[in-house]
Amino acid sequence: MSMNLNSKAATSPRELELYFGPQHLGMVGNFSITLKVEGDRILEAQANPGYLHRGFEKLMEYRTWIQNFPMVCRINVVEPDSMEMVYAMAVEKLANIEVPEKAHYIRSIYLELSRVASHLFGLWAYANMLGFDTVAQWAMYHRDLILDLFEELTGGRVYHIYIWPGGVRRDFPPGFKDKIVNTLHSIGGCVPDYDATFFNNRLFYERAKGIGKLTQQQAKEFGATGQTLRATGMKFDIRKVEPYAAYDKVDWDVPVREEGDAYSRVWVIRDEMIESVHMIFKLLDAMPEGEVYNRIPNPFKWRIPKAETYVRVESSRGELGLYMVSSGGYKPYRVHFRTPSYPNGLIILEKLLKNASIADVGNIMISLYVVAPEIDR
Amino acid sequence: MKEKTTDKKGSLLSPFKAINYLFKKPRTLRYPFESKEPALRYRGFHLNDWEKCTGCGNCADICPNEAITMVEIPEIEPKASEKNERPKLDYGRCCFCGLCVDICPAGSLRLSRDYFHIHFDTDTFTFFPKDENSDKEHFLGSGQYSILKASLAHRKENYEGFVSDLDYSLFEPQRVPMPEVAPEERKLSFIEQVIGYSKEEAQKEASRCLECKLCEEACPAHLKISDYVKAIYEDKPDESLKKIFEDNPIPSICGRICMKHCEAACSLSIRGQAVAIRWLKRFAADSIKDYKTALELKPAEPSGRKVAVIGAGPSGLSIAYFLTLKGHKVTAFDCLPGGGGMMRIGPPLYRLPIEAIDKDVNHIASLGVEFRFNTTVGKDILFEDILREYDAIYLCIGTTVSRSTKVKNIDKAHQALPFLQEGKIGSGTKVGKEIIVIGGGNVAMDVAREALRLQHIQYPGENVITKTVSLEDWNEMPATKEEIEDTKAEGIQFNPGWGPKEAKVEDDRIKGLLCVKVESVFDEQGRFSPTFYEEKQMFLQGDMIIEAIGQAPDFSFLPKGLFENLEFTPQRKVKVDENGMTSILRVFAGGDIVNLNLDAVTAIADAKLAAEGIHKMLCKR
Repeated sequence: MSMNLNSKAATSPRELELYFGPQHLGMVGNFSITLKVEGDRILEAQANPGYLHRGFEKLMEYRTWIQNFPMVCRINVVEPDSMEMVYAMAVEKLANIEVPEKAHYIRSIYLELSRVASHLFGLWAYANMLGFDTVAQWAMYHRDLILDLFEELTGGRVYHIYIWPGGVRRDFPPGFKDKIVNTLHSIGGCVPDYDATFFNNRLFYERAKGIGKLTQQQAKEFGATGQTLRATGMKFDIRKVEPYAAYDKVDWDVPVREEGDAYSRVWVIRDEMIESVHMIFKLLDAMPEGEVYNRIPNPFKWRIPKAETYVRVESSRGELGLYMVSSGGYKPYRVHFRTPSYPNGLIILEKLLKNASIADVGNIMISLYVVAPEIDR
Repeated sequence: MKEKTTDKKGSLLSPFKAINYLFKKPRTLRYPFESKEPALRYRGFHLNDWEKCTGCGNCADICPNEAITMVEIPEIEPKASEKNERPKLDYGRCCFCGLCVDICPAGSLRLSRDYFHIHFDTDTFTFFPKDENSDKEHFLGSGQYSILKASLAHRKENYEGFVSDLDYSLFEPQRVPMPEVAPEERKLSFIEQVIGYSKEEAQKEASRCLECKLCEEACPAHLKISDYVKAIYEDKPDESLKKIFEDNPIPSICGRICMKHCEAACSLSIRGQAVAIRWLKRFAADSIKDYKTALELKPAEPSGRKVAVIGAGPSGLSIAYFLTLKGHKVTAFDCLPGGGGMMRIGPPLYRLPIEAIDKDVNHIASLGVEFRFNTTVGKDILFEDILREYDAIYLCIGTTVSRSTKVKNIDKAHQALPFLQEGKIGSGTKVGKEIIVIGGGNVAMDVAREALRLQHIQYPGENVITKTVSLEDWNEMPATKEEIEDTKAEGIQFNPGWGPKEAKVEDDRIKGLLCVKVESVFDEQGRFSPTFYEEKQMFLQGDMIIEAIGQAPDFSFLPKGLFENLEFTPQRKVKVDENGMTSILRVFAGGDIVNLNLDAVTAIADAKLAAEGIHKMLCKR
């Protein structure tokens, strides 16, 4: 955090301009916020994205349909899998590719594992920021166990490059179902410890309760999705609204809370993780046998007829949409991602930081579950 | 989870439960004393088996990051259908996505479970991936390998990670099946066996081509295969035909009987089935009724030069086409009543109908080539006169004299070529009910299948047998696998590994063939020199014998003085220079009398070369 005493923006002698990030310890990712403060109180906040602009949407216009597939996952480092899913869905819709039944189940299981891993990562960031280092380390460790699963299934720990148009890239290796079950049981066995140390900790309650409060009306107006919206009492989840993969094949529930503050957002994340684990067990039981990949056309000759589409999935952060246009060629004509961190990290963050205290900047930002690479792309 | 949704302020003491964790073992690994084994599918550094790699370059084409470049390796002696290029990886660019593995048709490129490389020199991050088969030095067994030294130059052997799987490959290993008439039905008549692709089937088959162009290197005439296949895929038949005609003016013929060196080279054939290049050419030729309007050819201004072509087979037709386009006046002489040469009399009607031949011949004639059929050079017109009258001569007379086994009483047997000719453009030889065909080559297969059809036509409903006997065993039989399979499917019996000893004759009629067991066909130098176990004999019963053991050229039309000047190679082929010219000035040659492949597409390649040579010579004078 640095101060600028001579800023012209400062109108009263007590007013300061503070730069929060990108090098600040409380900041996750390459992102920064400029704060105008008076004492401890924030008068105005301005989000500064752009540090992570890699031009993916443009880059994708220069790569063939299959060459884009290893790249989309890089847009969101924390949860690459829903990026793969949304791209595969868009291509399948444009090119009319059928996906085998089993692949739908594998996709759902894989996406839910990814959601748990992503939430654990988010929990690490949040707990770390509040000073709960112990819990943060547990979360990181448990996330690593899931990365082991990913490594075994896909050959990669972070970038899995697994869901591709036509299905998934390889079937489950032998004994993989049991490994998923064992890993999830060992993580699930630690939930009481997490609760005792963090979620039911008085310090967490005091620190997060009532902070960054958003009403349902505001959430809707600002385009919030995911936990930010569900923590305001709105039961909205793309997996229910527009089921994809195998989400309509098993019974599951959408966790919701009413308060709309940081406390409730983090609780929704916790409940979602548990719901995801239950869902994975159900999906594993219901998973049929069969093929997992319908061969896509020869990649060197693959053209997709002229069309455009918008598809959306529920990523771990909210509605992830992809608008893609094909002009009938070997490459997409236009690609645009609608990422959940965009409204959360830019619009809602600025609103909620107004009148907050400096100590709560990280608290509010991370409870909104902002991932900077998603904003910039 | 539902019970937790009510607000609880929580406890101040419960967090101390975490103290339990103090007494648990740490979860982190103390690297490098403890190491973690990567998963079996781990996507680490590349491995490439240089023996299996064909240098097709598909990995470089699909790489999204342009991390792979194909680099020529001069030390590698390229095999006939391969390139001596190998992929070079740049680990500054590679994202380990493994698309290169999923597109590799040979399955040579894999990813290993290695991921350590530490070096001060950034140049070491670009390197040629190899595996333990191709690079023994840097791939070490568990005894020598140390994780402390792990790098691109110090790797563990047998450490494969993400490998190619045909079920998940990015190419389609199976070809679109060609519809054919079933053996039971086709053997009863001369109906064309291969029905031909429909437009949808052809497009689907064409879509499999990966455009690596190994086929174009392998084709003797170097047709632009990947271009014309792509044009078929894109539903541009005119364009496809134009590409074919650049190098091959007889696609209707070649699309049916080509020896398809291209398909043997196709990178998809390594682990799957080659793209059906020959059938696609046939589709391109058949789908266009009138070549002339589709091709929009523009022949050059007449040069006033005259070229004589002796023999109107594939080589003669091709050179006539190429030279006519260059503006020269071409006259082609042939003793047969129509064009096509050996194609007209050799491949039976079920393989190559006359209409398919005439389509190509008529098109070439329509360009202004003068055909003088039914004209035997040396009899109806003297070679000396042609030499005097024309500026250049192209000899492509083929091999027209059937060879004989010369065993006892074999003069009662029939010869392959007259038999095939009679079946194709005559009324069909009167055949016996039990026929023995001597030979194991493609011509023998043609003869046997032709004989079987004639038997079924001449003795409908009766029990008839055709059998072949060949010196070569199954694995060394010169006929193609495909041809042998089709022949077997029609019920023809094979007797491989037997040599004819004597034809048994009673009352001037053939009763059978006495055979002896073959010990070996070739000597140690690989030359044809059969040896037999004289005591092991077998008698094959039969009332007709046809010899199909090869043909020789007939140079009797050449005046003695000229023939003495004609030089031959050690393999008894006419010697030509780099322009296709023989040792006789202004006389060029090509086709079966020049090359060792003895097939149509090589004859076309010879014609292409000689056309350039003749054109060069005629322009100079």
